[in-house]
Amino acid sequence: MGKTLSEKILSAHAGHDVRAGEFAVACVDLVYVQDGTGPLTVRQLEKLGFKTVSSPQRSIVFIDHASPSPRQELSNDHRLLREFCRRTGAILSDTGNGISHNVASEDYINPGEVVVGADSHTCTGGALCAFATGMGSTDIAVAMALGHTWLRVPETWKIAVAGTFPKGVYAKDFMLHFIGTVSADGATYKALEFTGPAMESLPMSGRLTISNMAVESGAKAGLFNSDSVTKAFLESLGRPAGYRPLQADPDAAYEKIMNFDVSTLEPMVACPHFVDNVHPVGTVEPLAVNQVFIGTSTNGRLDDFRVAAAILKGKKVAPGVRLLVTPGSRRTLLDGLADGTIQTLAEAGGIITGPGCGACVGVHEGVLGDGEVCVATQNRNFKGRMGNPNAFIYLASPATAAATAITGRITDPREFL
Amino acid sequence: MDKLKGKAWKFGDGISTDHIAPGRLFHLRSNLPELAKHVLEDARPGFASIVQQGDFVVGGKNFGQGSSREHAPTIIKMAGVSAVIAKSFPRIFFRNCINVGLPALIIDTEKIDEGDELELDLLKGKLANLSKGATYTFPALPKAMANILADGGLVEHIKKHGDFKLD
Repeated sequence: MGKTLSEKILSAHAGHDVRAGEFAVACVDLVYVQDGTGPLTVRQLEKLGFKTVSSPQRSIVFIDHASPSPRQELSNDHRLLREFCRRTGAILSDTGNGISHNVASEDYINPGEVVVGADSHTCTGGALCAFATGMGSTDIAVAMALGHTWLRVPETWKIAVAGTFPKGVYAKDFMLHFIGTVSADGATYKALEFTGPAMESLPMSGRLTISNMAVESGAKAGLFNSDSVTKAFLESLGRPAGYRPLQADPDAAYEKIMNFDVSTLEPMVACPHFVDNVHPVGTVEPLAVNQVFIGTSTNGRLDDFRVAAAILKGKKVAPGVRLLVTPGSRRTLLDGLADGTIQTLAEAGGIITGPGCGACVGVHEGVLGDGEVCVATQNRNFKGRMGNPNAFIYLASPATAAATAITGRITDPREFL
Repeated sequence: MDKLKGKAWKFGDGISTDHIAPGRLFHLRSNLPELAKHVLEDARPGFASIVQQGDFVVGGKNFGQGSSREHAPTIIKMAGVSAVIAKSFPRIFFRNCINVGLPALIIDTEKIDEGDELELDLLKGKLANLSKGATYTFPALPKAMANILADGGLVEHIKKHGDFKLD
């Protein structure tokens, strides 16, 4: 019997063959925290009596959430994290460098690796065919100190996606549709493998969007095969040596196989206050919006901003609407400056912030007011997510967000294409 | 472990870690006693001031979904809660509960009403509903997690064994 991607990767890291349902201690290739979870990790390491980390050059502290700091308490958390990196030699990815998942995928993660992070969207790394999953601060403290963690090898669902994306429909729309179909807890504890022509044809940016949101269906990981797209991505970033082809065996055992076809898919929106409350944009009441937010680990890459810029070029954001543009990483910001994308978005009325998690965290750079409505390209619309439990968040693609910014109402982007 | 006894506080489906430990209070994450004063505030305002030592948080489906913030189960435990009980839990929250020494029990919570007196016998794997004269069972933890919970959480577990003890 062949192996799924998760079984292959975890077997290689456990040092013996492991199968779905088994428990294993697996060594980890990359461990990271961010400024929301990292201070607790540092304190737990102290409690545990660990003075060093197992592999400093594969341990990263990202200051990306409340960054730059809006409050003294958070500035002091950042000081603690910087001091930790000085003391242990762990890598510091400081304010302005970008979101952990974006930077990790650009600079660190290779196919076949095991990646754990104190952030639920660590599953983003699955796009690069890594077994990447989120954990809490204490689990990550132990993984940093010992260089390994315990895992239950997950059962895998094969998500076979056929067809060609219609104009105006993107990876984000597919993933919202998938989550709406299986529900927010439908795939709890499972690994997802995204395959089929529609997934193979996606650029890495679209794959990262999909893997990022795997956790919103409850999944532990969301993986893609390592293929020519992976190879080209790593080469474009000057990391060709990290590439290795990797795919599931043809006779791997799947707990479930789900078939989708994107050819008839429409732009989708997740309505408040749940990520699985998903509807085609045309069926959603065209509410007036106060804020549009383009960015995050879900849709904060250059391809995302290009889609938005193509729609916003030569147009203006509707009066009364705030358009926030937050590049996911410094690389994205620089590339978007170089090719004019950022200029276009700024000319349209966009507010360009520094790279980071931005308004998605709910503490700065776009906290919503009571009763306000926001269309955001992020991954979560839970009550209170953007800093106010009395506000309403709709999740959508960068195209839908851009079209909405122009009209001031939730809008089907195909009207502008 | 002694029997844990207290009252049921009911919550609905899909309670997220944003309900439990809101993002707008991000700056209190290094001040857990202060953050604990806001536990579950966005699901039930004022909860921290009414919950009593030993009480139970009883949720619906997917209790604790969302962010990996371990602060969420930590402040539930700090509020004196004996255990969280729900129809289902997402994996990160479930793992975090065990890591901070907070029992998380999977039970059909339709059978439990607000205010019911509950008594948990963790060793026997039984939850008694004293108000209804009923007893519920729940799935046993996998050994790896049972060992961590028995030691009082992951920090104590690692201090005791030096590593994970899966068997």
